[in-house]
Amino acid sequence: MLLAIDTSTGTSVAVVDRDGGILAETGTDDTMRHAEVVGGFIRDALAGAGVRARELSGVAGGMGPGPFTGLRVGIAAAHAFALGIGRPFVPVASHDAVAWSWYHDGGSGRLQVVTDARRREFAVSDYDGLDGDGLPVRVDGPSLSPRDDVPPTTGIRFDAHLVPAGAVGMLAELAFAARRLPIAEDAPLYLRAPDVTPSAGKRVLR
Amino acid sequence: MNRATPLVLGIETSCDETGVGIVRGTALLANVIASSMEEHARYGGVVPEVAARAHLEALGPTISTALDEAGVELADVDAVAVTSGPGLAGALMIGVGAAKALALSLERPIYAVNHLVGHVGADLLDDEDPLETPTVALLVSGGHTSLLLVRDLVSDVELLGETIDDAAGEAFDKVARLLGLPYPGGPEIDRAAIGGDPAAIRFPRGLTQPKDLERHRYDFSFSGLKTAVARWVEQREAAGEPVPLSDVAASFREAVVDVLVGKAVAACRDLGVPRLLLGGGVVANARLREVAEERADAAGIALRVPPLSLCTDNGAMIAALGAQLIMAGHGPSGLGFGADSTLPVTDIQV
Ligand SMILES: [Zn+2]
Repeated sequence: MLLAIDTSTGTSVAVVDRDGGILAETGTDDTMRHAEVVGGFIRDALAGAGVRARELSGVAGGMGPGPFTGLRVGIAAAHAFALGIGRPFVPVASHDAVAWSWYHDGGSGRLQVVTDARRREFAVSDYDGLDGDGLPVRVDGPSLSPRDDVPPTTGIRFDAHLVPAGAVGMLAELAFAARRLPIAEDAPLYLRAPDVTPSAGKRVLR
Repeated sequence: MNRATPLVLGIETSCDETGVGIVRGTALLANVIASSMEEHARYGGVVPEVAARAHLEALGPTISTALDEAGVELADVDAVAVTSGPGLAGALMIGVGAAKALALSLERPIYAVNHLVGHVGADLLDDEDPLETPTVALLVSGGHTSLLLVRDLVSDVELLGETIDDAAGEAFDKVARLLGLPYPGGPEIDRAAIGGDPAAIRFPRGLTQPKDLERHRYDFSFSGLKTAVARWVEQREAAGEPVPLSDVAASFREAVVDVLVGKAVAACRDLGVPRLLLGGGVVANARLREVAEERADAAGIALRVPPLSLCTDNGAMIAALGAQLIMAGHGPSGLGFGADSTLPVTDIQV
């Protein structure tokens, strides 16, 4: 049983079980209040699944891509929760969770997952179905595209406004069962260098 | 929970230091800090996005190191405390998100507290000579310059004044930059000031004129000082004269210290409070401590300066304030608080 958290878009928290599926899932597509809501959602997801923290075997976290400030809240929370229960943290690419969910719900063929990346850009990943272990096959991305210049797809474009934590957790469960972990790096998918204005300084002396 | 001497883990991420501290009541067990200062050096100041990225990487390992240092297990922790504000929003949010999750994972209460009041709380960890109230507190760092009246640490803190533009530490950084010195500016200005004459150049003291004192008796302003230093240096150079670096550095530093200490001592006198506490990273400045000692002595004010490791931003001060709230019988914070970059000092707990 895993706790799963994703804050790459809104905030989504779930408790999942490999056999029992998604036991509880709660969230909001509000893209501004991740730090405020993440605690209440963790509490509610645990209560909804009727599970105590110590019964969990790990924590899965969506690593983005997504607007950085919010994205980090979920990763920080997932890291801390894993530390607190002394269990592993499993990083998952957030777009992979969207794709898994879409195919799992009956979708087929090519899929293009698109999420907001702010600054008039989208984050884009392309998929081609699920593999034998039930994991989505990512053929391109994630990468950034100007909003009016997203690469064409031969399949269906899906704009996700909330990455479901249930899917993040189920992907982690499937990958664990298939001995395929890790399936993502434990680092946020920033896709963009930090926004800084290096100071030229004003050397008037020396 | 052990309310008499609670074991509290405190998390602080309001600026560029990832701080985790562990206290048992008023006993300090661990104070671990991971700083991203070096990453900011090439930008000449704290870059919020760089700080936030560093917090996320550092927080987990810093918690583990603090537990090792304290010789305790997470299961022993009675409560988690965290800085809710003031500070950089994106940086604060990492601590807030992590602290909530940690508290929930341990099924322990969470205390969301005020960073500035935490600086005062740091002094409680100081051995057998406990902080007495009421006290005036002067908190000076790269992110804040505030003068507080603390009547009671957990229930009654008043803001007397604060900077209306740059923080004092920021002024050090900016003047260091214009003198061609690296970041952070405080230690560099100190080094450059060695052998300099603090009275060589009379730089302006912000908000000390009678007309300013009416409205800004305990407020600070350092942007005019920074401009005055820049202009003075430019004029020298335009005239083809050498710039006496040590005199400029010493005179600038003297102007900053003079205003900081002058206003803090005035507050003690005006309010009849014979106690002054210093906090914040700028306390590392030896000249500030020296002048504060001289003038506090002369005015019959007891000066308190916590060890430097508890003056810079740290998690132990947050844990200490959390422990005080618990010992005073205050209940935990709800789970819905966020990061409040402008949290007023009157909000001791959120
Ligand atoms: Zn501070």
